[in-house]
Amino acid sequence: MSQTILEVKDLKVNFKTYAGLVHAVRGVSFDLKEGETLAIVGESGSGKSVTSNALMKLIPQPPGIYESGQILFNGRDLIPLSDKEMSKVRGNEIAMIFQDPMTSLNPTMKVGRQITEVILQHKKVSKEDAKKRAIELLTQVGIPFPEKRYKQYPHEFSGGMRQRVVIAIALAADPKLLIADEPTTALDVTIQAQILELMKEIQKTSKTSIIFITHDLGVVANVADRVAVMYAGQIVEYGTVNDIFYNPKHPYTWGLLGSMPDLDNNSDELLRTIPGSPPDLIHPPKGDAFAARNEFAMAIDYEQEPPMFQVSDTHFAKTWLLHPDAPKVPLPDAVAKRIEGFLEKEAQFHG
Amino acid sequence: MVNTAKKILEIKNLRQYFGPSNNPIKAIDGISFDVYEGETLGLVGESGCGKSTTGRSIIRLYDITGGEIIFDGENVHGKKSKDELKKFNSQMQMIFQDPYASLNPRMTAGEIISEAFQIHGLYKNKNERREKVNQLLEAVGLNKEHANRYAHEFSGGQRQRIGIARALSLNPKFIIADEPISALDVSIQAQVVNLLKQLQKERGLTYLFIAHDLSMVKYISDRIAVMYRGKIMEIGKADDIYNHPVHPYTKSLLSAIPLPDPMSEKRRQRIPYEHTEVDDSATYHEVGEQHYVYGTADLVKKWLAKH
Repeated sequence: MSQTILEVKDLKVNFKTYAGLVHAVRGVSFDLKEGETLAIVGESGSGKSVTSNALMKLIPQPPGIYESGQILFNGRDLIPLSDKEMSKVRGNEIAMIFQDPMTSLNPTMKVGRQITEVILQHKKVSKEDAKKRAIELLTQVGIPFPEKRYKQYPHEFSGGMRQRVVIAIALAADPKLLIADEPTTALDVTIQAQILELMKEIQKTSKTSIIFITHDLGVVANVADRVAVMYAGQIVEYGTVNDIFYNPKHPYTWGLLGSMPDLDNNSDELLRTIPGSPPDLIHPPKGDAFAARNEFAMAIDYEQEPPMFQVSDTHFAKTWLLHPDAPKVPLPDAVAKRIEGFLEKEAQFHG
Repeated sequence: MVNTAKKILEIKNLRQYFGPSNNPIKAIDGISFDVYEGETLGLVGESGCGKSTTGRSIIRLYDITGGEIIFDGENVHGKKSKDELKKFNSQMQMIFQDPYASLNPRMTAGEIISEAFQIHGLYKNKNERREKVNQLLEAVGLNKEHANRYAHEFSGGQRQRIGIARALSLNPKFIIADEPISALDVSIQAQVVNLLKQLQKERGLTYLFIAHDLSMVKYISDRIAVMYRGKIMEIGKADDIYNHPVHPYTKSLLSAIPLPDPMSEKRRQRIPYEHTEVDDSATYHEVGEQHYVYGTADLVKKWLAKH
């Protein structure tokens, strides 16, 4: 079994605002192994980006407050580290890819220098070697004519090419952990597919672990080994990608899967939707945060927060429906039918 | 079903160029298609292919470079008096992509929805107007208390509902929805798409649904047009485009949609697209019922043989 490189334990992050204290991340725990991809899925406001920024200690304090928890990276807790100590981790051991490649690159600086900057910061190499390495990186991320591109500015690149540059910068210091926050959301599907292929290829060759933040379940199915579904600042379901897609247990996961259109079936039926909108995290609701939008909510959901129930060795879900005394709720038809369809296709494929 | 229906919109060889006339950017480079009453035509393509420009040209936001747009038997870009323009505007409306940028932050939802009433001199009685605004809010799944709130008090999904209510305020026949859901979360997208479907059923609306997300487009559309570099590459019934694509660009686009099915995703083979320049003989070839592909006769024959 490969080594665990990151362990997050009961992480809580709050923000002070004029309206009150926002409980953005409310006790998140997960771990990540070497060479593994964990996808964190959730809607806007679910706390997925705050979680990933917290791992890099990018939450400004104030207004942010790390209320409790540990972020163990290779056994060392990052939370008590000073800014100076953290700057040795950032970019070097943990690197980040952001959503919008236009705003994450410096428009006044040539692309080459933006890459060598990272190399020179973290590695003891000469300028010439840094340049050589930068050109190698541009080649590795699939940018044609790297020598020429090295001397160009970000505005001379297309969106997909810019994101490749951002990835090259992230890879510059050979990080062990790559955090990608919606890296393909701003891109076209065809470009998205290319970037996903690139990230998988990089992972294969360099054994980097990846945390992939997204709201697109199709992308998750494509890249993830394991999946954490977040809702209202908490992980509500956690398991391998097959657990989550073929055996989902949490009604919120059902809702997410059901709200995607099914390409193979006809479209006379309305899509399943999750009614309402996510709760206000200044005053998180009592009990299960999803209760108000959950058609299967029971009395206890409004009273007491459910614990993480274990479904299998790898699969956990935070819903009272898994309690032995709870009534058996079958998977909603639309979701069940779709999973059946997928499994059938799979069976056909294997003859 | 569609064939017998009436054509509500006919686009003939539409061209829209920008920039200097000696070296223009050909955002739309001669496209032709029809939209039938009561249907949803999905227009898909990558950013920069000209799909939004097409929508904006149809609704007269741009002066077109060439071609003809005929809506309900009338030339959209012909000379129009003020009254004729008002009549046109009341029949064709638009829903925009960004629900944050498309609502005036200084106006309440009620004012936004009823602004068109003032312009068109409808419902002069205050109570009557309020009643109408309430009806519209209810139709899009909001309630009358929302009329007095400002845009910043709403979530993204709610804002898009206000945008839809505004588009419906003059009882239009035809609505152009330009990426109406791409700024929204998955579960909210489904709510808005369901709403659009339900409104179409109740009011007999015709939609031109512009998007880059092929899976939602497949779900909502009766027919789909695939656009690339200012041209329509393939147009046909949604099922045919999805199940029997002929043009290599359509195939490439379809091969890139990620599905929520990990086992098939592990085997995904993306089909890269290599653009082949076509000469002047390229035109639309019928390859099936209501299914047309753009290319030269030789190329289309080759694609069909592979098919």
